[in-house]
Amino acid sequence: MRISLAVAAVLALAVAPILAPWLEFVLTLAIAKGFAALGVAILLRAGLISIGHAMFFAASAYGVAFLARAGINDFAALVALSVLAAGLAGAVVGAFLVRYRAIFFAMLNLAVSMVFYALFAKLYGVTGGTDGMAVPVPSVFGIVLSEPAFKNTLFYGSLTLMVLVGLGVHRYLDSPLGHALSAVHTNEVRLEYLGIPVWAVLLIAYVVSAALAGLGGAITGFAIGRVVPDFAFWTASGQLVLVAVLGGIGGVPGAFIGALFLELLHSAAVTVTDAWNLIVGAALIIVIMFLPKGLYGLLARRAAVAK
Amino acid sequence: MSNTVIPLLLDSLASAALIFFAAVGLTLVFSVLRVLNVAHGSLYSIGAYVAASICLFIVSRQLSPYLSFVALLFSAVFVAALFGPLIERTLIRWTYGKSEAVQILITFGLFLILEDVQRMVFGVQSLYEDAPMRLLGTSLIGGVVYLNYQIVLIGMAILVIIGLRLLIRHTRLGRLITAVVADREMAQSIGIDTNRIFILAFSLGVFLAALGGALAVLTSGVAPGLGADTMVLAFAVAAIGGLGQIEGAAIASLIVGFVRVLAIYYVPALDAVAPYAAMLIVLLIRPYGLFGSVTARRI
Repeated sequence: MRISLAVAAVLALAVAPILAPWLEFVLTLAIAKGFAALGVAILLRAGLISIGHAMFFAASAYGVAFLARAGINDFAALVALSVLAAGLAGAVVGAFLVRYRAIFFAMLNLAVSMVFYALFAKLYGVTGGTDGMAVPVPSVFGIVLSEPAFKNTLFYGSLTLMVLVGLGVHRYLDSPLGHALSAVHTNEVRLEYLGIPVWAVLLIAYVVSAALAGLGGAITGFAIGRVVPDFAFWTASGQLVLVAVLGGIGGVPGAFIGALFLELLHSAAVTVTDAWNLIVGAALIIVIMFLPKGLYGLLARRAAVAK
Repeated sequence: MSNTVIPLLLDSLASAALIFFAAVGLTLVFSVLRVLNVAHGSLYSIGAYVAASICLFIVSRQLSPYLSFVALLFSAVFVAALFGPLIERTLIRWTYGKSEAVQILITFGLFLILEDVQRMVFGVQSLYEDAPMRLLGTSLIGGVVYLNYQIVLIGMAILVIIGLRLLIRHTRLGRLITAVVADREMAQSIGIDTNRIFILAFSLGVFLAALGGALAVLTSGVAPGLGADTMVLAFAVAAIGGLGQIEGAAIASLIVGFVRVLAIYYVPALDAVAPYAAMLIVLLIRPYGLFGSVTARRI
């Protein structure tokens, strides 16, 4: 039941841009945001809320722009290297931050991300300041593509990655290492008495979450064709947490459901009103108050009842 | 060297005073309600918008410009009375006893809502009115021309510190607040109306934020995005001082003001980085802030 539903959803996503070409850009952004929100959701499982993950999102997007400027022009290499860079940044930042809990963890992530933001915005000579940097159209496995063809490839590439990475993250969350995360949330001391190093469990989660945020950032950079410092601003980090909670942190699909729901709602709402933040803010409050498990939790419950 | 010391110190003080109003409100609310209000910056910018609108009205009607100073205070009281009880009653109260993640997210939702409400009410153009500030004139200190208004700001900040200290240490309400901060359950069981204390403390926090915004209008105006910028800065200051420490927030404001002005004087490219870098260094060494107390680890 669950699997057939997931396959149907992925197929629907694959077909949608053929029926409505304008959806392609929206859906690419949604999948990208879903990756980043998935990263945030992994940490949320351990009870750690990061209002700073946009820094990895932005670091990787800037990574793509820098590498492209340095002469690397292959799509796969650009994505792989910048995600690696985000993961490395996550390892360095995480090594310091996973010692902290609750509000202090949130606060320190915010502080680091704002340092990133201010550097991106202020180092005009290197990063182009608030104008940002252009991301050129890369070649895909040696084939030079026109821009529309590349955007098309980007969408289907992202969709494929969503399935593959999603399965990988699902395996990770279902492994002892993944279950240790919720154990950190419930009782961290007990975990240490059992001989499991909480520090290592959290650092691995932090690196994975940074790499996922990086993957989202790289895709977004390609889709928009430009990276700007606002990618790293704290409100962007807040949006990622919002997407994760809206979708629900109960499973991998949650983050993507949240992102798709939000991006589609956004495209629908802009034609009617420009009070978009108001709608999102209200939706967030309503979901937290009445659907603590998010949209995914709602779907999963329906599915369980139907069975 | 010595001829830059006095301007540097005065600039630092003025910059510290402006940040202090927002930070002390945030830290006060955190200490009493134990909720980190992410929408605090929005209340600052709402205070600024209300004050700017009233000042522009006063100037356009050619009323006495001195009225503007009354207007600044009035707008802070107005915003506090309007939003304080309303927000505490509805949203904040719901989050008591819930996890920090929930509290941060609920107030982040509120932040998003308030940002749009401001845009709908006040538009997207920036508002600016410095006529009342020019009224106060300038003075020559250490060979450098200073706006008297900057000195008024520093005075206001000192007044707020003294006022809060008097309120908390020497009044009945202050003792009730201290009791609630020390042990919420015990305070409740000996008959303190904690709900009333929460509303009052939260409204006082809103008042301080709105006052900061209103005072800043005369020097820097108000534009969309001010709330988000102020939020992180206030957050950085409150964190450096130790969340919940009022005197800590004052000293942290001085540090951030000083670091920022130092950066502006010597490495202008890094002025925006400086406060966060300072926050990062302090928090990595002392995660509970300079004056925060270490709480026992949860078992």
